[in-house]
Amino acid sequence: MHLLLRNIHIVDPSISLDETGIDLEIKGGIIARIGRGLESDALVRDLGGAVVAPGFFDMHVHLREPGQENKETIASGLEAAMAGGFTGVCCMPNTAPPISDPYVVSYIKEKAAGHLVELAICGTMTKARQGEELAPIASLANAGVRMISDDGSAVKSAEVMRRVFEYAKMFDLLVTQHCEEHSMTAGAAINEGRVSTKLGIPGWPSVAEEIIIARDILLAEYVGGVRYHAAHVSTKGGVRMVREAKARGLAVSCEVTPHHFTLTDEAVETHGTMAKMCPPLRTQEDVDAIMEGLRDGTIDAIATDHAPHALHEKETDIVSAAFGIIGLETAIPLGLSFLVKKGRLSLSQYIERSSLAPRRLLGLPSVAIKQGERANLTIFDPEKKWRFESKDIRSKSHNTPFIGTEFTGKVVGVVAKGNAYFNES
Amino acid sequence: MASTNTASKLTQREAFSPNGKSVSSPKRWDLITIEHLSTDIILHLLERSDYYVEFLQGAGPFQKWKLLEGRTIANLFFEPSTRTRTSFELAERRLGADVTTLTPAVSSLTKGESVLDTVHVLESMKVDAFVVRHAVAGVPQFLSERLPSHVHVINAGDGVHEHPTQALLDAAELRSALGNLSGKQIAIVGDILHSRVARSNAWLLKKLGATVTFVAPETLLPRGAASVFGVEATNRLDDVLGMADAIMMLRIQLERQARGFFPNLEEYREQYGMTPERMARSNAYIMHPGPINHGTELEMESAYGARSLVLQQVKRGVAVRMAVMEWIFN
Repeated sequence: MHLLLRNIHIVDPSISLDETGIDLEIKGGIIARIGRGLESDALVRDLGGAVVAPGFFDMHVHLREPGQENKETIASGLEAAMAGGFTGVCCMPNTAPPISDPYVVSYIKEKAAGHLVELAICGTMTKARQGEELAPIASLANAGVRMISDDGSAVKSAEVMRRVFEYAKMFDLLVTQHCEEHSMTAGAAINEGRVSTKLGIPGWPSVAEEIIIARDILLAEYVGGVRYHAAHVSTKGGVRMVREAKARGLAVSCEVTPHHFTLTDEAVETHGTMAKMCPPLRTQEDVDAIMEGLRDGTIDAIATDHAPHALHEKETDIVSAAFGIIGLETAIPLGLSFLVKKGRLSLSQYIERSSLAPRRLLGLPSVAIKQGERANLTIFDPEKKWRFESKDIRSKSHNTPFIGTEFTGKVVGVVAKGNAYFNES
Repeated sequence: MASTNTASKLTQREAFSPNGKSVSSPKRWDLITIEHLSTDIILHLLERSDYYVEFLQGAGPFQKWKLLEGRTIANLFFEPSTRTRTSFELAERRLGADVTTLTPAVSSLTKGESVLDTVHVLESMKVDAFVVRHAVAGVPQFLSERLPSHVHVINAGDGVHEHPTQALLDAAELRSALGNLSGKQIAIVGDILHSRVARSNAWLLKKLGATVTFVAPETLLPRGAASVFGVEATNRLDDVLGMADAIMMLRIQLERQARGFFPNLEEYREQYGMTPERMARSNAYIMHPGPINHGTELEMESAYGARSLVLQQVKRGVAVRMAVMEWIFN
């Protein structure tokens, strides 16, 4: 590959780079030159001022393979990630069988090999996500997992959680919790609040998330030296506790999904089961707290919780319906429309949360935009107005409430592993 | 295979389009909620029920109407019910409709067929209206959005969301006992948290100008109920006895005790039962949607006493459902 990207806006917060009207030459997968008015015999692509950023990384996706290949496969999931502007994703372990053994890790690695998009793997922290015995964490670490989690369930027992923290810290693995006190959420389908009261739908109280975050922060502090990460934080109280833990110097981090910073539980009234998420969409007060957490850095990363489901699992009543939506192909348009365009985050803050922080948390090498570095780039046009249509979707599943949404900001393409991919404009 | 795939993609695209899906504007000829029903239509239905209820008196044979002749109505009771199901069936038959009733025990749902499949299959046999009861809130709305507009959906109780015909029959009986409901004080007592009757009644009574008070232990009051429904809320039944014009008692379900909502039935009766002592301190009419737990929320003497509207409620149920059918198919 020999490519000249002409007329770009480079933003790389890791080296405080923010310049417009730049050209960038990539040769053999390496950034050969950065400068103005470059001449080259490379294939030239004029990007009309589009932003070029270090490759975006989504640290929380469900690729469903092995076990539920009708919903998504590693191949289709990575295609969706690429079209959505990501050069890397981390797949969660609630597959069938779960990523609880090194051979499942090898299977997944083999399926992902050679794709432009890099796949990091999250293993389970307890055996088969049962929350009772430790998973073979050392073997999983040796097989290459970058993080452990029983995502989909929280570890119920404080005692088991303590042992997970103690054991995982030997390998410096990020320990990610799905924060849900299950005794308070049995049968719950949406946030407990005004909307659940009015519609008579069983509610999932915000305190059920906050209780687990509080417990885990206390345990992590007690054990010491472990890196704890709260997945898909959705509540004001959750953000507050992570902020306080950071202020005390603990290695505590968290992520938020695009749907939790764009929608509230009111969306259940218009979108029905497409607005059923786990954790549920919350109130405007929670969304405001999340925005503040993103702005002040309490929330480290934006992650999609990409959750493909078959049609029949959403075309049913709200209690039976599956939780979650696909997110890889709407994440960047939502971030640009709701965070950057509205002035809630600067471009460089947004890129920090979408690219640098997830890589750092997973212990992956950084991907700076410097001469001589591997080219690992996400390219987007933050001003482009367009309408998201079903035909655009690369994922095998179509469960999203955002079909028909008008976005400001579109992914132009990605460059990684010596390859480039460009969306049709 | 290729064409099958294309077809399924198309279905997906249409099904997932959020356009035109809005609970706030249900199709005109469905009855899904009281919340979204206009006061004009409510008053029309109450008046028509006054007309029909006259024909349900006395001992002579019943002359069937032919209003619904040639119409087929399917009653889908995904949740067990005796009185509501019977009431709908009688209302439909007395207006001349062909009626079929499905309950989970005799339908294919036990074989794993989805609610949507069941409805599509029946619709293919030319059913003009579905009366739907389901244990999950929102199912009638969900079906209404997926059926052609000439097929009507009537909500016969969805989860703990709404039970519109129950609220209509309650209001009709309250009007016949109290006259105009504007300014009247109505208490709804018991398990508000799990009650679709309380929710539909709150919407309807507010629309007719009454003041509504929810009376319940804190564990059985949904969060924010007072502000969501625009009602008063209290934990003390004794506080409303003197001022209530009518008291609606709700059924307390025994399984709630096991889930920790209250310690035992004796303690519940002590605080929230309409005991003879409390009856003596109140001039209110007594209502109950049934079935009654005698000796818990009501004593039999009170349930069938002079100030009880319980049996009139049942009679009115048939009349209200006839009025609803007339309106839907008019």
